[in-house]
Amino acid sequence: MTEELAQTPSTAPARGPRKLIFETGSPESRCFEAPALDVPAGSLDDMLGGAGRTRAPRLPHVSETEIARHYTHLASMNFGVDSGSYPLGSCTMKYNPRLNEDACRLEGFAGMHPYQPPATAQGALELMVGLARTLGEISGLRAVTLQPAAGAHGELTALMVFRAYHVANGDARKRVVIPDAAHGTNPATVAMCGYEVTTIASDANGGVDLDALRAALDTDVAALMLTNPNTLGLFDPNIVEVCAAVHEVGALAYCDGANLNAIMGVTRPGDMGFDAMHINLHKTFATPHGGGGPGAGPVCVTEALAPFLPGPLPVREATGAFAWMTPEHSIGRVKAFAGNFGVLVRAYAYVLALGGDGLKAASEQAVLSANYLKEKLKGAYDLPYDRTCMHEFVLSGARQRKANGVRTLDIAKRLLDHGIHPPTIYFPLIVDEAIMIEPTETDSLEDLDRFAAAMLAIAREAAADPELMHGAPYTTPVRRLDEARAVKQPDLRWRPTQ
Amino acid sequence: MTSYPSDLRYDKEHEWIRVEGDVAVIGISDFAQDQLGEVVYVDLPAVGDTVTSGETFGEVESVKSVSELFSPVSGEVVKVNDDLDGAPEAINEDAYGTGWMIEVKLADASELDGLMSSDEYQDFIASEA
Amino acid sequence: MRFTSISCEQREAMLRTVGCADMDALFDSVPAAVRLSRPLDVPDGLTEFEADSRLRALARANAPATSLVSFAGAGCYDHHIPSIVDHVLRKPEFFTAYTPYQPEVSQGTLQNIYEFQTMICELTGMDVANASMYDGATALTEAALMAARVTKRHTVVVSAAVHPEWRQVLRTYADASVLEVREVASAGGVTDGAALAAALDDSVAAVLIASPNFFGALEDLGAIAEAAHAAGALFVVAANPVLLGVLEPPSAFGADIVVGEGQMLGNAMSFGGPGLGFFGAREAHLRQMPGRIVGRTVDVDGSMAFVLTMQTREQHIRREKATSNICSNHALNALAATVYLSALGVAGLESVGRSCVAKAHYLRAALLSTGRFASPWESAFANEFALSFDGDAVALRDALVERGFLAGVPVRELDPCAPAGLMLFAATEKRTKAEMDALADEVTSL
Repeated sequence: MTEELAQTPSTAPARGPRKLIFETGSPESRCFEAPALDVPAGSLDDMLGGAGRTRAPRLPHVSETEIARHYTHLASMNFGVDSGSYPLGSCTMKYNPRLNEDACRLEGFAGMHPYQPPATAQGALELMVGLARTLGEISGLRAVTLQPAAGAHGELTALMVFRAYHVANGDARKRVVIPDAAHGTNPATVAMCGYEVTTIASDANGGVDLDALRAALDTDVAALMLTNPNTLGLFDPNIVEVCAAVHEVGALAYCDGANLNAIMGVTRPGDMGFDAMHINLHKTFATPHGGGGPGAGPVCVTEALAPFLPGPLPVREATGAFAWMTPEHSIGRVKAFAGNFGVLVRAYAYVLALGGDGLKAASEQAVLSANYLKEKLKGAYDLPYDRTCMHEFVLSGARQRKANGVRTLDIAKRLLDHGIHPPTIYFPLIVDEAIMIEPTETDSLEDLDRFAAAMLAIAREAAADPELMHGAPYTTPVRRLDEARAVKQPDLRWRPTQ
Repeated sequence: MTSYPSDLRYDKEHEWIRVEGDVAVIGISDFAQDQLGEVVYVDLPAVGDTVTSGETFGEVESVKSVSELFSPVSGEVVKVNDDLDGAPEAINEDAYGTGWMIEVKLADASELDGLMSSDEYQDFIASEA
Repeated sequence: MRFTSISCEQREAMLRTVGCADMDALFDSVPAAVRLSRPLDVPDGLTEFEADSRLRALARANAPATSLVSFAGAGCYDHHIPSIVDHVLRKPEFFTAYTPYQPEVSQGTLQNIYEFQTMICELTGMDVANASMYDGATALTEAALMAARVTKRHTVVVSAAVHPEWRQVLRTYADASVLEVREVASAGGVTDGAALAAALDDSVAAVLIASPNFFGALEDLGAIAEAAHAAGALFVVAANPVLLGVLEPPSAFGADIVVGEGQMLGNAMSFGGPGLGFFGAREAHLRQMPGRIVGRTVDVDGSMAFVLTMQTREQHIRREKATSNICSNHALNALAATVYLSALGVAGLESVGRSCVAKAHYLRAALLSTGRFASPWESAFANEFALSFDGDAVALRDALVERGFLAGVPVRELDPCAPAGLMLFAATEKRTKAEMDALADEVTSL
């Protein structure tokens, strides 16, 4: 070890025996007690038309105490935003305000059934209208659906809207153009929407190569899907020309909103020429990532595309009352019920707390913090695109790999020993040994400096002791896993014989 | 250590081929298996399927990547290495032996002329790097 | 700002470090023409107290189902949620964590997903399950798409007795892809067997059925499975998981894929979301499944450990050839489901199921006794059923809201072709005999 002793993550427990919930408790353990039935029990199998269950499912037998301890143990093996810095590029791991958690649990929200008559849901509808209006203002794209459940779901919704628009104009078109730096959800979404993917290379500055774009564009192209700022954390200075070129062939421009946290109140995708974008409320609007979800992926579009949005949409009628309205040429539903309402409540609470100026200040600080870290780290690691970045930047571990045989994976794992969650690694694909860093505005200067110090210490360790790096992490609840075995000998569920 | 037996021919997608009469055995080169890392899954065609020179005939996967397999020749698949189902690591451990993938009855022997010798293939790898 | 601690002084120092004169200079790459030259038209930020007051006012402007006596169901149900569930969900190590891509510090999330997958397999009788989908509707649609991949066919047959909104989602996805949807009419509250037979041929990838279906009726799954399999199609069943403690699992009838909405497993109704979709399948089709899957393995020390596996199916690796574009799922809702099922156990789940079934049957008899309802059919049902009111169901529902009841769901609000009087009623274990008698009394007195 070098002089900077790595810290044990604050949440790491003593490594002790670990059990599945199915192996906990005893057959007599109970948490739930059923009240006495106050109606005639009847013959269950008769009532169910003979379809009664013949063999009980094997569920845990545990008391409430055992449940509390089981999940507290599991929680102790997790790292969350509250545990420490979480600079995952493209994921915007900002702090999740606690008022938002309280608000979505208010009975007036959590207790709402989706098919209540609108007269009993005026507050819920007003909240949705208010959030949609805010997202429309921030994006510069005024027509908004809150229905999509996640970013990828929003992408799909927008492409379906594009397809419906093109079909209405008599030509569904065939292809969607995507830069090589795109998230994997983009091409996967294109395929689900029945289009073919045309990939174009990025230019030397990491932006869209205008010549390559023009060469790829023709009247078969339905859309360009572009993340801006892109996955290198760079704002495309040619964005107006890019969108104009797309429009010249009658195609539509789609903005993947994963990186909206860089530009709120500074610039708007609608003003750049985009026709649609999705917004990840679980990134930019501070709703929790939940260990993988739920999120919400509202889609904002131009007035021209508004008639095609999925319905129903929450609206305010001339009377001032709130109601549901389905657009004239709606593509239909993309989800049952009214979207991930509980997530929408949290996002609205965030908007209320920050206000217009606060949202802009959040973006500015996110960008400043990323540039600050970039300056601190660019001497010790390669920086393939040395420009002022937006809210994230991408380093390369190529130098460490070449000089010491230390890979980006090793660097990431070693960060865990410093009590810091690693950045996104090996993405975007166009950067060798990529390390994609997004600090977010909610990290303090002390957090930023601690992260920078850890990265610099690791660069020194990589040179001094590569073997140490290959073995990291050492202080986590488990160490590196046999992932090949997980694929070759799939064990995807507990069985009692094990 | 990677090796490139001289009795085999190679293509630019890193497959090797061993011709025995009118039948050809196909697998991936040491270079390819090394680049992939530990192979955890292989998806191969069935006996009786037809493969076409330059087109995909299957996939090989590591934990976090997928690579398509391209056939160096055209013809009918007459044998498939089913052992790879349970032990795909054979591709890493013995790429030219137990790691073979399919046997193809050659439809057009002249397709072999376009393939590389061991020396040519090693030059090709060096030029790609 | 409450969530950002960097002071003005620190900000100035940081700007000096990066060599920018001011914040504006950070955005030099943004062309002047597209810089927003005015403040955002979003109201000023509020203190926590002010924001809380505003949110509470909005909440108070609702009359939530839980403040009424609710018999509304139609895919979203008001079950009792043990207190422990939300206390687990509120642990920040769970809810503030990202997707468990770094398994060394995500064992809590990963082990929970493994336990969730196991519970879904146990309830549905399937071999494998994924880590969750967005909701029941998208899970059903993904099942249709998976069946098309497995069978290399492009038509799916869906029963008209599947929830109208789920069918709409299926159609929306199908309209944008190569999938063709054939809808089979219902008769007597269940899928019409003759119409189903007529719809089946060798182009059909899957038959999609819900049981209990949208009308609450139980389908003859065995007969439908036989017809589907005879045509070479996969049999996809949407189930209500809270009832699988008392109902035979779809696997027993030959289901190839079992999906459904999992909101009722420990998740608040929350105006319809977020709930969760669950997805179970046969092991033979594992590599065609959408979504994340967790497996158990060991670490370098030989300790038990869990990890996301079979990732080459997913979009971040296979891109346009992925089995789905899904990335974010509903992991936290799956955690709620796992804690819920742990709390209930076998006996608890069975007692909840028994209670729902018995109460739904009592409620139906009580409503019929008012003389205002007729029974449209006599199909077997579990926790939910449809009755025909002798007037307008929407007017009835609205009148009863005034009296403190959310009586049910008028079918015409979801399906414009339905008769005006048709109404769905659901009973959960929370409803009491006294409440059901009171509803019948109110109907009588109208």
